[in-house]
Parts: sequence; C-alpha cells; structure tokens
Amino acid sequence: MPDPIVVAEGLHKSFGNTHALRGLDLSVPRGTVCGVLGPNGAGKTTAVRILATLSDPDAGHARIAGYDVVRDAGKVRARIGLAGQYAAVDEKLTGRGNLRMFGRLSHLSRREAHRRADELLERFGLMDAADRQVAGYSGGMRRRLDLITSLILRPEVLFLDEPTTGLDPRSRGEIWDSVRELVAEGTTVLLTTQYLDEADQLADDIAVIDHGQVIATGTPDELKATIGDRLDVELEDPAALSTAATVLNALAGTEPTMTGADQLSVALSGGGFRLADIVRELDRAGVAAADVRLRRPTLDEVFLRLTDRKETVR
Amino acid sequence: MTALTPRLRWTFSDGLTLVGRELGRLRQEPGELVAALVFPAVMVVLFGYVFGSAIQVPGGGDYREYLMPGLFSMVTFSAVMAVMTRVATDASRGVMDRFRSMPMARLAVPFGQTGADSLIGLLMLAIMVGAGLLVGWQPHRGLLPTAGAFLLLMVLRYALSWVGVYVGLAVKNDQVADAMVPLFLPFTMLSNSFVPTDGMPGWLRFLADWNPVSALTAASRELFGNPGAPSGDVAWPLAHPVATVLLWSAALLVVFVPLSVRAYNRGGR
Repeated sequence: MPDPIVVAEGLHKSFGNTHALRGLDLSVPRGTVCGVLGPNGAGKTTAVRILATLSDPDAGHARIAGYDVVRDAGKVRARIGLAGQYAAVDEKLTGRGNLRMFGRLSHLSRREAHRRADELLERFGLMDAADRQVAGYSGGMRRRLDLITSLILRPEVLFLDEPTTGLDPRSRGEIWDSVRELVAEGTTVLLTTQYLDEADQLADDIAVIDHGQVIATGTPDELKATIGDRLDVELEDPAALSTAATVLNALAGTEPTMTGADQLSVALSGGGFRLADIVRELDRAGVAAADVRLRRPTLDEVFLRLTDRKETVR
Repeated sequence: MTALTPRLRWTFSDGLTLVGRELGRLRQEPGELVAALVFPAVMVVLFGYVFGSAIQVPGGGDYREYLMPGLFSMVTFSAVMAVMTRVATDASRGVMDRFRSMPMARLAVPFGQTGADSLIGLLMLAIMVGAGLLVGWQPHRGLLPTAGAFLLLMVLRYALSWVGVYVGLAVKNDQVADAMVPLFLPFTMLSNSFVPTDGMPGWLRFLADWNPVSALTAASRELFGNPGAPSGDVAWPLAHPVATVLLWSAALLVVFVPLSVRAYNRGGR
C-alpha cells in the first residue's frame, strides 16, 4: 500500500451528550480522492474539522503528511486547503480582492499574491467576474471562488466539505471538473458528501460513516459488489404485481421493492442467477414481463443497505 | 528572542493585511460608512435643534457646544456594535474558520480587526468634527488639550472594540449580532451626553455617573473647554473624568484582550 498522507486513528469527539465521533479510523493514500459518505449528523464535518486543525479530538490522533494535527498544527496548516459547505469568502470584497487578501495572509509577497490571484481566476473561469463584489456572485461562482481560495498555496491535501450541496447540476459539474484537474496534478482530496453520484464520479475510495464510525470502506465497485446484483422487472400488466413479487421473493430470498406501478426490484445476494432461469420462472407463474434486467446496484442502494443494516444491529 | 521575531513580524504584517481588508470593504461599500454616520448626524439635528431649544445647560452656555462631546462619545461607543457585527459575520460565514485553517499568525485576526476599527473610528471622528464645526461647536483651550481629548476618545474606542471582538466571537451569528445592536443604545443614552445626570432618580444617576461614556463626555467637555462641567455634589468618575477614562480603558483591555484571544484560538473546538 502506498504511504497514506492522511491518517486518522480512533478519533473521538463529543459535544455535550452528543457523540459526534466514536473511534473513527481513516487512511488516504497520496494522490487519491477519498469520499467520506454519510447521512446528515454522521460526523463527516466533525472529522474534517479535526483533520483541518479547527477542532481537537477528545481521544485518538490524526496526521497529515506525517504531522500531528494537534501538536504540529502550524505545519499541517501550511499543507492543507479547506473549502466548506458555505462559501468562506468576504462578500463585501471583489473576487480578486479576496484572493489577494488570502494570498497575503498565506505569506506570499504582494507581487506573488497578485500573480497567483490572476492565475487562479483565469484558470477557473472567474476572470470576467474578478472585479465584481462577491455579494453579486451566483451560488456556483461563490463556491468556485471558495474552492480556488483554498488552492492559493497549492495544498498537498484538499478538504472539501460537501462542496456542491445546494448547487444546480451545471455548477456541480464545473466543481467536479475542477476537482478532477487538481487530482490529475497530484493533489490528495478528502471529500465529504451526501450525494452518492458525487462519490461515484470522483472518489477512488469511499468510507461510509454512520454514528461517528466507519462502517464500510472500499472502491465504489467493491462496495457495490458487497450487496450483489439487482434484478429489475417491468410487467406488462400491473395486476400481476403480487404474483410476480411472490416469484421473485422465492428466487432471491428477500422481499422485492416496488419501484413503479408495474415495476419491481430485488437484490440478488448470492451469485449464479441466470436471466433465462428468472424469465422461465416468471413465465411458469403466468407473469408476462415487458422487461427483465440484471444490473450492478447503484451506490444509493449500497448506502441505504449499509446505513439501514447498522440501524437494525443496534 | 530570534524565534519570536519572525512571528511578531508576521503578526504585524497579517494584522496590516486585515486592516487593508476593511479599507477595501469601505471602498466597495462607502454607503456603510455613510449609514454609520447618519444616526449621529440625525442626533445633531434632533438634539441640537429640537431638544436644545428646551434643555438648560448647567452653568449656562450653548446646548450644541454641550452636545457635541456627547455625540463624539456616542460615535466612540459604536465601536462595540460595529466590531461585534463584523466579527460575528466572519464567524458565521466560515471566514473565521478559513483564517484558523491557514498558516497565518494567530493573534493577527483580533489585532487586525481592532486596528481597522481604529482607522474607521478616526475617519468617523473627523467627519463628526466637521459637522460640529458647522453647527457652531469648537474647542476653546488650544492645541494640547484638544489633541488630548481626541487621544482619549481613540484610546477608549480601541478598548471598546475589544469588547466587540469578544461579544462577536461569543455570539458567532451575524443575525443575532444585528438583533443585539439596539440593546447597546441605553449605554449611550444612560449618560451625561445629552442631559445632565443631576435630575435623574438616584439609582439611575448612579449608573449614569459610573458609565464610561459619561466619563468620556465629561473629559471631552473639560479638554475642549465646552460648557456643562458638573457642579456641587459630583460623583468621583465625573470629578476626575480623564483618569476615569484611562482606568476604564485599561480595565477593558486587561479583561477583554485575553478573553478574545482565547475565544479566537478555541473557536469551534
């Protein structure tokens, strides 16, 4: 395994009686994108705040590029960038003014701060709006400005805390493109998101967290493989729905879910299912299927399954 | 010491960058400064001409001469609200978190914000002086006492701006901060700025006499040579207004600088 640049071991954090993190472990290899996935309140933001030196863990420790986030916070800060859920820029200043100010605060010389500001504005398509007040920017432009502000020092590790929450699809696509470009240059990205397609699009590895712990890790494909393929059946006549459900239940061993007035979907946990057998079984029961598809599960289905299973265990 | 020097230098230069930020904001929105000045300007008209016709200045003298030091104090006190609002906005919008996640000097943020407020305060004071001269106010005691009065106004303003940093960091929410602004009005009204304190009921007079705003107003009147020096049985702070202002400033700084720095460093932890 290549050397991990982000390491978290047994992180605990409580706020009053709320246990935000209960022994979170995380390891992100250099140059990869790690998607931290979890429902609201799972502890994603708390984890990022600890890794970005904004918050101290109650127990456990974390290192960025070998530096402890508590003891060597200064060295960590020189190596990270943070872009948050809300655009953390000064709305009263212009886009260029923000980048210059944060450049100076990153201890670039005046000339270097100006040059870097122009370079980033140009590269991420904000040059036209550079001299406008940020208060007049669209949501997507603000988020992009927030993102490039965190790139001023060319960070080794970039933390993106729900970078596209609340954005329209087009703006999301633009943020995704920017992230891909950064990764191509070798930046390590730790991305939290509630959007499974975002993790599917961007992440090399995914850590699913729930109730402050990692409950599953793996590549998107590995995670999908853990719950097996899915079978989608579309019927010619909705009246045959219950009969079809009985057949599928017997085949798969689990209750199928209704995904439409005439559609059923079921998880096939074991292997060895052949489409031809399924069609024959349906036929024998007198069910006419308009369409039968065997497919990989979506990350959504994996996620619901994982977070749901956790609920039933407790 | 050699290890300290670069840190000090960065604290200073980061602080300056943040002062520059406030000036950049003013350049983008000069209306903000105008808005901050409208209230005192309205007060000049309201009190100077409406109430002034009915209020007797103790010991005689022109009411507008009496009023202007009170308005200077009022503008000075507004530092608490102005800084509180700015700090709370930074905290609620995540700007403060960005500062904290950057390799910049830790002390630079509160020092930069209070330093910027001093510059803004100086600008506001200059505009108020212009307005005062227009309505017939003027200093009477020569250069040194006049300079002393302005210095005193700025010293207390700087100390008060640290109260604003602390309250802003404590509330962390710009909407709460905005809603809190009117709560500070009694601090300026419950003083000798607009009317003498002699006529107030005993308990209220006690509060007004010990209000730092009253001491500042009394000190300015004394140093500018404006009318309204209290006579008879005078509370200690108003009998020694210059010393009182300096003591208040020192006390506020001693309490609120460490509190604010601690709140900044521990924010969100």
